[in-house]
Amino acid sequence: MASMTAETELKGLMLASQEGDAAAHRMLLERLSRHLRAYYKGKLAQIGRGATEAEDLVQEAVLAIHAQRHTFDPGEPLTPWLHAIARYKLIDFLRRNRAFMADVPIEEASEVTARDDHLSVESSLDLRRLLKLLPEKMGCAIEAVKVEGLSVAEAARRCRISESSVKVNIHRGLRALATLIAQRAQT
Amino acid sequence: MKTDELIAALSTNVEPVNRRVVDRSVGIALAVGVVVAIGITLIALGVRSDLTTPRAAIFLFLKLAFAIGTVGAASLYLTRLARPGGERRVSAGFAALPFAAILLLAGIRLGQAPSSHWDEMVMGKDWLECLISIPVIAIVPFAVVIWAVRQAAPTNLVRTGAFSGLVAGGVSAIGYALHCTDDSLPFVALWYGGTIVLCTLAGAILGPRLLRW
Repeated sequence: MASMTAETELKGLMLASQEGDAAAHRMLLERLSRHLRAYYKGKLAQIGRGATEAEDLVQEAVLAIHAQRHTFDPGEPLTPWLHAIARYKLIDFLRRNRAFMADVPIEEASEVTARDDHLSVESSLDLRRLLKLLPEKMGCAIEAVKVEGLSVAEAARRCRISESSVKVNIHRGLRALATLIAQRAQT
Repeated sequence: MKTDELIAALSTNVEPVNRRVVDRSVGIALAVGVVVAIGITLIALGVRSDLTTPRAAIFLFLKLAFAIGTVGAASLYLTRLARPGGERRVSAGFAALPFAAILLLAGIRLGQAPSSHWDEMVMGKDWLECLISIPVIAIVPFAVVIWAVRQAAPTNLVRTGAFSGLVAGGVSAIGYALHCTDDSLPFVALWYGGTIVLCTLAGAILGPRLLRW
């Protein structure tokens, strides 16, 4: 019944994260990243790809989970939602790398939380370098609020934009960042 | 970059999210789509002139019931499809119910009529106008529905695109019904149903291009 417990715990963290609980959000992303790492390492090993590419995918999926957490319906279990994102990002990666879809066998949703793996390697990406590729306001807003932990008001002063503009730029910037990571992860 | 650094960055200044955003976006898209479809019909085609007669009112009601039923079922599923993994909570059979109902009614009407009338009942006066108008009117509603779905994260892009097309086609039929004077159920079943199916197919083809995230 290990997977049932994982589902209950992870869903609890997700609901708290949706309410804006930063500690729960961090714990959720940390735990999910371990499950995702095990999942992607397993999948990529089947087609002869390495740990660095698995880590790129982990980060893509973590960013997607963060940016799309509003799409999780609290009336539904978390595992199929998570599995759908993990598999979508995997297939997207394989398509970009011209691997055949047939390489991804049919699987159960529970597979995504079946194991975990905390042996992370560095991905091929550098967050600060990626931020420099974003439009100036987006990069500035994300760096100030997300990397340095400034408040929205402080970030607004530093980036010389309004507070609501900081929020919009972070939202759009994270989406753009996910796209950049996807492009960089192309091998 | 280490994944831990990314997670630390994402966990700084976490804001609560609005869980209703997906349903709300689809709802807004529906409202805008209906207004646009009716607006285009009124401006480009005009309302049918015999609207005050009981016969016209009854057929307008039937056409609207079919179109609204289609839009209702399809948009309910679209709010599920827009979410990751939502495709497992969608039954195409339920979405096809309005089509089954109109086909059944059309079949009964044809069965009651002598076969010499069938040609006129099926082809009507203006099948070509219907064939062209419903897909053309559906373009703007389709674009708005795609915008709404892009606020979320669909993971089955073909099916989500198909349901977006189905919603847009149904919304378009709501507008076109105000103009159309072909009052026979076999006509509605073939030309309304057929053009909405065309919109659905177009959506399925465009979905993977338009909805990637």
